[in-house]
Amino acid sequence: MNEQYAYAVARIRVKELSLFNRQVIERLMSCGSYEECLRVLAEKGWGDGTPGLEAECILEMEREKTWALLRELVGDLSVFRAFLYRSDFQNLKAAIKAVVTDAPEDLLQSLFPVQGMVDAQLMLRAVRENDFALLPAFLGDPGKEAYLALLHTRDGQLCDIILDKAALCATLLAGQESGDEMITQYAQLTVATADIKIAVRGQRTGKSAAFLRRALAPCPTLDVERLAQAAQKEETLFQYLETTPYTGAAKAIARSASAFEKWCDDEMMSLIAGQKSNPFTVAPLAAYLLARENEIKTVRMILSGKRNHLDGDAIRARLRDMYV
Amino acid sequence: MDINSLGVPLALLGAALAALLAGIGSAIGVGIAGEAAAGVVTEDPSKFGKVLVLQLLPGTQGIYGLLIAFLTLANIGVLGGDPSQVTFAKGLLYFFACLPMAFVGLWSAKHQARASVASIGLVAKKPEQFGKSMILPAMVETYAVLALLVSLLAVANIGKLPL
Repeated sequence: MNEQYAYAVARIRVKELSLFNRQVIERLMSCGSYEECLRVLAEKGWGDGTPGLEAECILEMEREKTWALLRELVGDLSVFRAFLYRSDFQNLKAAIKAVVTDAPEDLLQSLFPVQGMVDAQLMLRAVRENDFALLPAFLGDPGKEAYLALLHTRDGQLCDIILDKAALCATLLAGQESGDEMITQYAQLTVATADIKIAVRGQRTGKSAAFLRRALAPCPTLDVERLAQAAQKEETLFQYLETTPYTGAAKAIARSASAFEKWCDDEMMSLIAGQKSNPFTVAPLAAYLLARENEIKTVRMILSGKRNHLDGDAIRARLRDMYV
Repeated sequence: MDINSLGVPLALLGAALAALLAGIGSAIGVGIAGEAAAGVVTEDPSKFGKVLVLQLLPGTQGIYGLLIAFLTLANIGVLGGDPSQVTFAKGLLYFFACLPMAFVGLWSAKHQARASVASIGLVAKKPEQFGKSMILPAMVETYAVLALLVSLLAVANIGKLPL
């Protein structure tokens, strides 16, 4: 029922007022040092008020605050599973690699900072006991395949390919099952940009079409077979992308890898822009989540640039479009 | 059975529908708008006055429905008169006279609530636009008022007809 999110969306509308707009980003950019940036962030309420916190700690706290708000608003986070599956597969990947490489216990406990749909400790138990039936099928089946592949071949890349592809397929399916147009389009764009990234990297590292076919996830807006074939040469890859809805991707890739990353994020921001005036459905909540992730990513770039004394123009070239 | 004995039940059915459907519409509408208003007030209690007005907008249809029902009951003599004077034909006319308010009340309240929720979102972000945000859901009210007028004129004049 559309109206069930009326309360949540109204709260999000007020929360959107505190999202960073271009002026706030410019203020951060104009800070003379990394420490000054942290002070501005503290003024804006970032972190928990503890002085001297490291940037990564502050950013993680902000991410946690977003999820805590969404958890409070919807109760059951499964409506956001298209956004959470990525974390689940990251955790599973960490669990498999840690168990296969016999990582020490203290390292194991620090491997799962990211919250997903499934408890990370359950994943660890499933991998340790080689009992993937403990996990939901969408994780258990590819998890077992990746675990056995790593165990028998010690090929970390093969393990990554299996899990990354499964993550993309699960995201796409969750998007389609959400029944919400924006979440469906988010899932499609996520899979499409991931496939394009794989194709570009594959082309640059000379991977075969067979390898790419194995790595690319099916996507309704891309012909994976044609993409794998086209990725044998940069020219044919660009030509193929020109025939897809992602024509801007070719131009961005031609400029630089960071320009392509920025293009991916900006496409996501234009996808969710319409949700600013949507008073119902879960989509404005999902848009807020993506806007916060984009905001955190942008702040991370500024902080990283300031810490490493990068030129202002170099940082500015990487800044993403903001939601508000 | 004298067919004219069905006059009062028919008129009562019309009055009940006007009060019921318009009331249901308003209850749903005020409820949805109230949820959105509560969402805004949770984050910013200073906006309570503004969002309260927007929440109440879909509530008028219920009052219109009550007015038509009350007027019908008064005209057919249920409220301190002689109900036996209502013939089958008049009862049928009262029934149909109540329908515009019943159905338009139900639908306009629900749709006005959607406009109110959208306006509450507008006020949440731009409280200085409160005046404009009021006008948008108020436009839906036009059609509830038109239905009220039709039902009101009809119910008020059926008694004068030589039936």
